[in-house]
Amino acid sequence: MTATVTPMITIAGVSKWYGPIQVLKDCRTLVEKGEVVVICGPSGSGKSTLIKCVNGLEPFEKGEITVDGVSVGDKSTNLPMLRARIGMVFQHFELFPHLTVMRNLTLAQVKVLNRSREEATERGLRLLDRVGLKAHAHRYPGELSGGQQQRVAIARALAMDPIAMLFDEPTSALDPEMIGEVLDVMVSLAREGMTMMVVTHEMGFASKVAHRVIFMDQGEIVEDAPKADFFHKPHSERAQAFLSKILQH
Amino acid sequence: MAGFDFDVIQRSLPYLFLEGMRFTLTLTALAALGGIAFGTLLALVRLAAVQPFALLAAGYVNLMRAVPLVLVIFWFYFLVPYMGQWITGAERPIAVGAFWSSLITFTLFEAAYFSEIMRAGIQSIPRAQVQASYALGMTYLQTIASIVLPQALRNMLPVLLTQTIILFQDTSLVYVLSITDFLGAASKVARRDGRLVEMYLFAAFVYFLISLAASQLVRRLQRRVAIVK
Repeated sequence: MTATVTPMITIAGVSKWYGPIQVLKDCRTLVEKGEVVVICGPSGSGKSTLIKCVNGLEPFEKGEITVDGVSVGDKSTNLPMLRARIGMVFQHFELFPHLTVMRNLTLAQVKVLNRSREEATERGLRLLDRVGLKAHAHRYPGELSGGQQQRVAIARALAMDPIAMLFDEPTSALDPEMIGEVLDVMVSLAREGMTMMVVTHEMGFASKVAHRVIFMDQGEIVEDAPKADFFHKPHSERAQAFLSKILQH
Repeated sequence: MAGFDFDVIQRSLPYLFLEGMRFTLTLTALAALGGIAFGTLLALVRLAAVQPFALLAAGYVNLMRAVPLVLVIFWFYFLVPYMGQWITGAERPIAVGAFWSSLITFTLFEAAYFSEIMRAGIQSIPRAQVQASYALGMTYLQTIASIVLPQALRNMLPVLLTQTIILFQDTSLVYVLSITDFLGAASKVARRDGRLVEMYLFAAFVYFLISLAASQLVRRLQRRVAIVK
């Protein structure tokens, strides 16, 4: 086996400030190709900010992030081109409400990847089928349930053939009965070997498919451990306290 | 009360509508389109916050909104020929004609008001929508054109149309340039035949009717275009 050991995502010494307040403190971690990393932690701990730094939606002042060897912070990097290769799913779906489901899926394929409309539509239909929503192609996002919208959002990201996927609390805005349908799609993605960084409190998802769990608190990566170690013997007291709180129900 | 002659209205109907109202409606429609386009540009420049340009755009909007329209109409009527000369480098002031002069005036003047409407519309689009577009690899301009402006225009359509109804009424001020818009035509007939009361009553009635009908339409439209969130 040839040793291609360049990780898909490297986060090296990243710090970020909002004015005088430091929201990320010297964060560092690696995500290998095909790895699924779950990031958890109390609210305000910087989880969302960290993954938004990975595709450059949030700027950071110190450190370096690379995706597939391309530096995110470098001024000469073509950020739109890099972002086109990284899928992102948001907490509140962020489908474009003035476009049909199908146009949501084809817009960036046509504008960014220069695919023909037919090709983009075909790819869109295939992905809608995959998330079980082929019949809704011509509906508007506002006509769908939250769970359906989030599945469309995942399909929209996948339509760009991403090399990695970022999920920012993808289930926390959903009614409980809709969480499962979204997690199912994410589990099958993980099993196919997609590289994923997932900010979530769904520990069931973490224990099922994550390779590693990162625990953040107050802008710091407090714990970064293989799944089994994290659930059975977290080192830090803060992670223990957090785990006992969310697992006791 | 002898001597009212409403027959004068019927006799001058073709002139009033085919010449006067046609001018008024054309001016309103074109100035609204031009004003919305230029106003949107002003709004984008202000929001992009590239200091000197943003300040310039803000200054322009504030100036236009602080000056009476009649004065702007006067000044532009005299200035536009010289502006044309300056832009094209011609030797003499360029004769622009009443229509073009008033179209340019109203476009530039109304752009200030449309710009404020569009600014509110653009700011009403959640930041996360822009982030979602960026995350798909779309550039700033693609995001503005495909995500922000279509939603902003749709959200603001009723307000834009209401402003257009005000513009429709404001175009009557071109009578100060002796232009034959609807009011100008009515006023010419009135003075020619000495029927001031009849003609100005009729003109007011027509403006009232059209504006009322238009605002009823806007109300209906408002209910139809609201985007389901």
